[in-house]
Amino acid sequence: MPMTRGGRLLRNPGFLLGASIVAFTAIVAILAPWIVPYDPFAIDLNRRLVPPSFMEGGDPRNFLGTDQLGRDYLSRLIYGARISMVIGVLTVITSGLIGITLGVLGGFYGGRIDDFVVFCITTRLSIPAVLVALAVAALRGSSFLLVVLVLGLLLWDRFAVVARSTTMQIRNLDYVAAAWCAGVSRWWVLTREVLPNIATHLAVVATLEMALAILLEAALSFLGLGVPPPLPSWGLMISEAKEYMFFEAWVIIIPGAALFILVLGVNLLGDALRDMMGTDLSR
Amino acid sequence: MLRFFLRRFAVAVLVALTVLTLAFLLTRLSGDLAISIAGPNATAEDVATIRRVYGLDRPVWVQYFDWLGRAVQGDFGESYFFRDRVANLIAARMPVTLTLGLVGLVIALVVSLPLGILAAVREGSWVDRAVGLVAMIGQAMPSFWLGLVLMIVFGLQLGWLPISGVETWDGYILPGVVLAFSAIPSLTRLTRSGMIEALSSDYIRTARAKGLSRLSILVKHGFRNAAIPVVSIAAVQLGFMLGGSVVIETVFALHGVGFLAWESISKNDFPVVQAVVLILALIYIGLTLVADLLNAVLDPRLRTA
Repeated sequence: MPMTRGGRLLRNPGFLLGASIVAFTAIVAILAPWIVPYDPFAIDLNRRLVPPSFMEGGDPRNFLGTDQLGRDYLSRLIYGARISMVIGVLTVITSGLIGITLGVLGGFYGGRIDDFVVFCITTRLSIPAVLVALAVAALRGSSFLLVVLVLGLLLWDRFAVVARSTTMQIRNLDYVAAAWCAGVSRWWVLTREVLPNIATHLAVVATLEMALAILLEAALSFLGLGVPPPLPSWGLMISEAKEYMFFEAWVIIIPGAALFILVLGVNLLGDALRDMMGTDLSR
Repeated sequence: MLRFFLRRFAVAVLVALTVLTLAFLLTRLSGDLAISIAGPNATAEDVATIRRVYGLDRPVWVQYFDWLGRAVQGDFGESYFFRDRVANLIAARMPVTLTLGLVGLVIALVVSLPLGILAAVREGSWVDRAVGLVAMIGQAMPSFWLGLVLMIVFGLQLGWLPISGVETWDGYILPGVVLAFSAIPSLTRLTRSGMIEALSSDYIRTARAKGLSRLSILVKHGFRNAAIPVVSIAAVQLGFMLGGSVVIETVFALHGVGFLAWESISKNDFPVVQAVVLILALIYIGLTLVADLLNAVLDPRLRTA
């Protein structure tokens, strides 16, 4: 008996692992205020850099220890999940809106409009994203919203590339021709015929971009121009702990591992979606 | 062929001009540049002096064309902080960044080509899946964090390699490895898919039928054809790596162009930031142009595109 797409997905260990990681992080992020053991901003200078409870010298009160200001590391890590998830999702929405609009228009209309879209994509790719994001953050003063906006304005290229090429393939298919013959409007064809049929491809891009956005936010915060302190962004936690890493390696291992696992989960999810469609979108 | 070259070249020039304009606009984002340069402790007179000295009192479009005219001649003005020509500063730091980029690219190719070929030859086996997993891990690795962890392990605990700086050649190894990680996933996947396509083609079947050795088939017939897209993507990846060098140079305190940009950003030294953004973009545009032309020469089917 042939398996359905969903059935095949549920048999894929990569999908199960990825989905579990992302779902777990999302739940932790949503429930953060109710599940944190301590206030993630509460400073206790008498109990600085206490190791995790499972290590030598650890204190059972702080499962993952405390940071250089005596703040509970687990609580900060949990709030950090919130920042990564929210930035990832908001960036994907922003960049998706820009990239999909450009890509679909270019692929659908072709000709001059398409030339313009390709030009925009080429220009965007030639701009060093991290550097420009840093410069903008330095000029405008970094904030949570600015990070989302900058990343959203910089990471739309893959959305545009994929939306454009898939739209081009669909444009000439029979069911689109049939819709034209039925006398529907352009808007109808775009929103009811084209978009739903390229949605799975776009979902794969969305996972890739979300992973990239989470990594870039961490890198920006690490360099001190992303999410401003005292917000516990994982990148910022690594940056603040950096001075102590040669004496206490766990201070950077913990937030870094959390970052790596979340990004791996998002990528696994995207990879499973891509396998399900049997297409290769990697560049 | 000539038509394709000219058209591709014209697009590259147009993109370069657009990037020039964007780089100019980038520094105007702050609102008043003179206030940013003067810093928080400046008086109103200081700001007025700076505005006059740097020509910021002229209309924006005059400033733009003045800057554009100089920039296309390679004159990016003077650094506010280092009190030196921006072009000199960048020229002095470029060798470090280019060396780092090339070391990273070589490491990435040395790792991804064999992995990609191996995965293609054993397509669908556990080897293939293991290679896929390696690519996946590389993609999820935060580069700055990997850099710090490698510093702790190889610099501090094992003491094999220097923790920062490039006074000796081995200082390039750790940052090179970290930089390579960003290119390994896509290069491996591309080598794999190129090899799979090449190995399933008719000429490979013919070669097998002729009784050629396995190695000869793999290298002479398979890899040569799979290498075409890899060469062009490698050029593009080098561009991305140079663009990403700001993070790695900062982590390892390498005094290259990325570190210069980072220093200048934190010191509000905008002519330098502007010029580095521009140079990195121009290098990328140049590399993609070369890659596209190379592709067209190697694969005549692409010329009509």
